[in-house]
Amino acid sequence: MQEAMINRAKQLLADGTVNRVIGWKRGEFVYDVTPAIFETAEELDAEFVYDDFTAANVSKYLVKECKKEGKILAFLKPCDTYSFNQLTKEHRVVRDNVYIIGIPGGPKLDAEKIKAKGITGILGAKNDNGTFVIETLYGEEKMPYYEALSTKCESCKSKKHVVYDELIGDDGEVLESDRFDMVEKLENMSAQERYDFWREQLSKCIRCNACRNVCPACTCEKCVFDNPDSGVENKAPADSFEENMFHIIRAFHVAGRCTDCGECSRVCPQNIPLHLLNRKFIKDINSLYGNYQAGEDTTSRAPLNDYKTDDCEASIVHERGVE
Amino acid sequence: MQRIGVFVCHCGTNIAATVDVKTVAEALGHEPGVVISQDYQYMCSESGQNLVKNAIKEHNLTGVVICSCSPRMHENTFRKAAAAAGLNPYLVEIANIREQCSWIHKDIATATDKAIILGKAAVAKVHLNAPLTAGESPVAKRALVIGGGIAGIQTALDIAEAGFDVDIVEKQPTIGGKMAQIDKTFPTLDCAACILTPKMVEASQNEHITIHSFSEVTDVKGFVGNFTVTIKKKARYVDETKCTGCGLCTEKCPMKKVPNEFNMGLDNRTAVYIPFAQAVPKVATIDPNYCMMLKNGKCGVCSKVCSVGAIDYKQQDRFIEQKYGAIVVATGFNPIKLDKYDEFAYNQCPDVVTSLELERLMNAAGPNGGTLLRPSDKTHPHKIVFVQCVGSRCDDSKGKPYCSKICCMYTAKHAMLIREKYPDTEVYVFYIDVRTPGKNFDEFYRRAVEQYNVHYIKGMVGKVTPRSDGKIDVQASDLLANEQLHIDADMVVLAAAIEPDKTARPLATMLTTQMDTNDFFTEAHPKLRPVESATAGIFLSGACQGPKDIPETVAQASAAAAKAIGLLVKNSITCNPCVAHSNELMCNGCSSCEKVCPYRAITYEDKEFRMPDRTTAIRRVASVNPAVCQSCGACTVACPSGAMDLNGFSNSQIMAEVDAICK
Repeated sequence: MQEAMINRAKQLLADGTVNRVIGWKRGEFVYDVTPAIFETAEELDAEFVYDDFTAANVSKYLVKECKKEGKILAFLKPCDTYSFNQLTKEHRVVRDNVYIIGIPGGPKLDAEKIKAKGITGILGAKNDNGTFVIETLYGEEKMPYYEALSTKCESCKSKKHVVYDELIGDDGEVLESDRFDMVEKLENMSAQERYDFWREQLSKCIRCNACRNVCPACTCEKCVFDNPDSGVENKAPADSFEENMFHIIRAFHVAGRCTDCGECSRVCPQNIPLHLLNRKFIKDINSLYGNYQAGEDTTSRAPLNDYKTDDCEASIVHERGVE
Repeated sequence: MQRIGVFVCHCGTNIAATVDVKTVAEALGHEPGVVISQDYQYMCSESGQNLVKNAIKEHNLTGVVICSCSPRMHENTFRKAAAAAGLNPYLVEIANIREQCSWIHKDIATATDKAIILGKAAVAKVHLNAPLTAGESPVAKRALVIGGGIAGIQTALDIAEAGFDVDIVEKQPTIGGKMAQIDKTFPTLDCAACILTPKMVEASQNEHITIHSFSEVTDVKGFVGNFTVTIKKKARYVDETKCTGCGLCTEKCPMKKVPNEFNMGLDNRTAVYIPFAQAVPKVATIDPNYCMMLKNGKCGVCSKVCSVGAIDYKQQDRFIEQKYGAIVVATGFNPIKLDKYDEFAYNQCPDVVTSLELERLMNAAGPNGGTLLRPSDKTHPHKIVFVQCVGSRCDDSKGKPYCSKICCMYTAKHAMLIREKYPDTEVYVFYIDVRTPGKNFDEFYRRAVEQYNVHYIKGMVGKVTPRSDGKIDVQASDLLANEQLHIDADMVVLAAAIEPDKTARPLATMLTTQMDTNDFFTEAHPKLRPVESATAGIFLSGACQGPKDIPETVAQASAAAAKAIGLLVKNSITCNPCVAHSNELMCNGCSSCEKVCPYRAITYEDKEFRMPDRTTAIRRVASVNPAVCQSCGACTVACPSGAMDLNGFSNSQIMAEVDAICK
């Protein structure tokens, strides 16, 4: 796969279709993969990587990149294409300035989950029929494949690319996923249990802002949390109220726009399951206004930005929202 | 440095009896920026206003806070007073310490505390007020009347009389509405058609009036003085411009078994039909649910007999768009469905009818040519029982909580007419109480009782049972005599409650007007603005606002017309300067605001910006057309970046108010 991607990228650079490529390159460790821009065939050969650890969604980078001179080639996994479409819908990216190659998605792996098994010195990994064979400095290790999956890949909503110029590999289908199972579990808790759950999770937050910075729905020119005029600009949580509210406010902010790409939970250094907040909104929107998948297309009206005469009345929202 | 004046009104005892106004004035005097804080008996009076004006001049005030009644009452008064003293009127804030404080509290200490807090919030807000200047927007010199019953017709005639163009949109094939179905009118007993049809003809002949019959309003955009309305002209499969109303097609149509809605389904009409002889426009309409040609392409008789070639089986719905300055809603009422009232056997027995059905049974153009006969066996009824309040004044979910208002009078009318025409018929009326306020109304009712010997019995009917011998057993209680009655009636007439037409609710949504829980349109003020809706430029006429008889409906229709004319004579209206604006440095250009704007006031443009890193970038940013913006604030909450803000109600002003309250 990586080979095919590099070859195609080189062709597109050579024939002038694009003048740069956004992909991934390796960091210090094999699992330490970050998005990167490549401008030459040599750079691609030397550093371009695509493997089980390249989980990052590059769509958000295109907000800035697509405003530069010339066209950029982007490799997008199915989930990334939803984010890209949503950004197109919000006029944050210019579709014409991006050449999109759809590539098969995950499941991607979470190195932290492997390390939690006591496996260190990871050099590489491969899937051997449901067992995950990890090559380490100290020899070969094995663990069940699904236990190493990145949280965002545990319940995949779609293998289908909703936007692309060409594909490498076959296109998949929208999947029946169990992604709302945990949300349901939380809904079935008593108010106190739920409060305790979230209090425990959110109290771990160190306000590093990684979730905000990686989120493809968080692309404001000036974030309220960075704006001294907003009155809420802050770095560290000043009190427990703010600690609780930051993520809830952010979830409200991206409600109806979040495509459920799962990047927020993936990058959280404290392992807070932030995607559950967003999924609660998605689930509620689905049940109140009919199924809606943000980023599925670029033209439809999002339920929270739309008004129909048969929308449920506010009182009904209220009644149905209360257990 | 701000110099703010605070003025606390006693409103006689309205405020002062529950709020210690002296303490409020004293406390607010210590707020930052406040240089003068006074109380006065009536701030809205001439001398109260002078107090404000003088203080503005004397203390060189930069902001004014009036602690008084709701801003809906006197905000304008104090804005004008401020402007007269040279202060921008939008630097005045009202703290509502009457409706939101003194009137709803009993304890003086609590109410006083709350009044101080409300005052502090207003002071905090006025600190951030900016002077605003109002613009102007033009008024389209044309009115739309929705509904072509007596209310709509009267409103249209009055507006046309003043020289303005009016369009009537009527969903039925003819105008006339419910009044066209009524036989006689109380309390004078003149024939409804005789007084209505001249008005219908007048409307059709008036050069200023355009009637869109068989049409519906499907979309309303814009705002007072500048509405853009889409009207769907439903396909009637007959070319209105060619049809002469000769009626030959209706005679020849072989499909003769269509329930005739004009006669309440008591007889049949043809698939191509003209609702009644005096219909306006007198044009045939083909009912696609019954026409054989439209259903399976076999027939075509009407097209063959039509001498002018008006039949057009391929006609499609047409949509027209028109600009209006004012809209009058006159959507009227309907009797409720009686499906849930099994105790009255309405669905089981054809001789149990509603009052509106009785109107048709007695009408010369009705199914029996004006002779009152039982629908079941076409015999003359000798004993008729009227049941009042069927579904009116109900506290259960089956009916309506309100009094339908017209039933007492029309039942007296029916009883009297029957006794007059058929003296051998006994008439019983069961009532909860008889309500006859109105000019000559009680005299009319008394005549029914005293002169015509109608048996009025206080009590409710418990059960109506059709018997096998054709009689109807009516079981009822006489509350005054305290006894149970059984009457073997030939007919039972139910005074069904009335409810607003079903089209009213979707229409209210389109017009962004308010409705009450019963789906009657809500007037801007129940006493002082009875024919205006709370949405500027939308007026209310007739029973869409509440149950009404004909004289009241006509009076209100003319009142609504007067209000509409008052708007249409203006060349332009002053805009509200409290409009939205976008902070371009923060705008993401995401189009959220554009999508939620009900007035299409927001557009986008690509603009060049100097970026913080000294480069220039072209960014897509929102811009608001202040003449079109109606200050609803939808964009400010839809905006994800907080770039959209509302003049006079900015996010920071509202946060300042909240902070002041929570401090």
